[in-house]
Amino acid sequence: MSAAMSHVALIDYGSGNLHSAGRALRAAANLAGTPHEIRITHSPADILSAERIVLPGVGHFADCAAGLRAQPGVVEALEEACLKGSRPFLGICVGMQLLADTGLEDGTTPGLGWIKGEVSRIQPGEGFRVPHMGWNGLSFASEPPHPVLQDLGEDPHVYFTHSYAFTAKDPASIAATVGYGAEAITAAVAQDNLFGTQFHPEKSQRVGMRLLANFLTWTPK
Amino acid sequence: MSLKTRIIPCLDVKDGRTVKGVNFVDLKDAGDPVALAKAYDAQGADELCFLDITASHEGRGTLMDIVSATAEQCFMPLTVGGGVRSAEDMVALLRAGADKVAINSAAVADPDVISRCAAKAGAQAVVVAIDARRVGDHWEIFTHGGRKETGINAVEFARLAEQKGAGEILLTSMDKDGTKSGYDIPLLKAVTSAVNVPVVASGGAGSVDDMPPAVLEGGATAVLAASIFHFGEATVADARRALSEAGAPVRPL
Repeated sequence: MSAAMSHVALIDYGSGNLHSAGRALRAAANLAGTPHEIRITHSPADILSAERIVLPGVGHFADCAAGLRAQPGVVEALEEACLKGSRPFLGICVGMQLLADTGLEDGTTPGLGWIKGEVSRIQPGEGFRVPHMGWNGLSFASEPPHPVLQDLGEDPHVYFTHSYAFTAKDPASIAATVGYGAEAITAAVAQDNLFGTQFHPEKSQRVGMRLLANFLTWTPK
Repeated sequence: MSLKTRIIPCLDVKDGRTVKGVNFVDLKDAGDPVALAKAYDAQGADELCFLDITASHEGRGTLMDIVSATAEQCFMPLTVGGGVRSAEDMVALLRAGADKVAINSAAVADPDVISRCAAKAGAQAVVVAIDARRVGDHWEIFTHGGRKETGINAVEFARLAEQKGAGEILLTSMDKDGTKSGYDIPLLKAVTSAVNVPVVASGGAGSVDDMPPAVLEGGATAVLAASIFHFGEATVADARRALSEAGAPVRPL
């Protein structure tokens, strides 16, 4: 791969977990033995020339959607690179939720609409507290699991902190779920070159590092 | 699969150094919060909590550096509190690497601070820290390290904090804090049955055997402890074992 193509564009649009994601990706690049530069950026040119793209996110769907759209040319560049092109994409938490058609947090907000579905409040039922906060185990939707979810060890646990979750229209776009109360919550989505996690790999210690390293070496089919 | 009980070592930081004795055999500088954080990360702590007890405003700049240096090396959830007055303070800590920010006195003085923080960073990032002491047949909130009485009912305040957008309650029993006689189970029960957000039990842990009742009877979703870990009396693994043997779900490591 050429030097110009070896950077990962980590999108800066004001998300609180931006630097945590950056640090973790740098550590994961070391773990994976890849030469990636993790470039924190909101420049469309950096996005278009990136080998891979990571969209962090934390907090409100509506706030994050507005923040992302406030960056000139960023959404267009993302669509060019990830929809028309096939650059591997990782969305984290709200950065993953933004892939949906709509978010229902404080009104209805359009998302990027890359993966069919909507983001709504979790309703785990009596006795289950919201936010769903802490470490919980992943159930993979396929065996073997999606390449980004491989080699995470036995009974992998990751860190969640959220009150809203992705409901996918097509069950085939769910890569992993997590059990919390009444129904299985979407823990990871995947479609072609797109991947997203509801949990925070950048805060999930060894398991999270492995996942990020997997993403950095993933070649979508 | 189920959500696991979080074990949270808490580090009190003053002027950039951890206070309260720290007795880790393999640690050269036990006053260095970043070194300690790394040690707890290696032990498999589920989350870390930094509470800044620095009195002066100037001393607080160092907290940002500590959070940033910790987040550089420990890829685990970090809760940071102490002296947070506004949504701006909160955002600065989140940008530095905190995942959640605990607000205490400022929330008691003006509960709308909770809403402003939640609007800015999302409810999941807002922890309201409540220091409660029994007064007659109920509990009241005390601020300023437990010295200042407010007359505010702690259970009612927890409910208000949830309404205002808190994503978690960090509940410290001032009666139990430092006594090593176990968490305040009646207080925990009162608060966990009043709110639907997660509640972290704090104050009173004398051994890891005090942890299961906080979860199984008190309804806490996480247990926080300082001295039993710092003095090397127990490891995070000991806490995990005690919780697991008592039937509280813990993260497999």
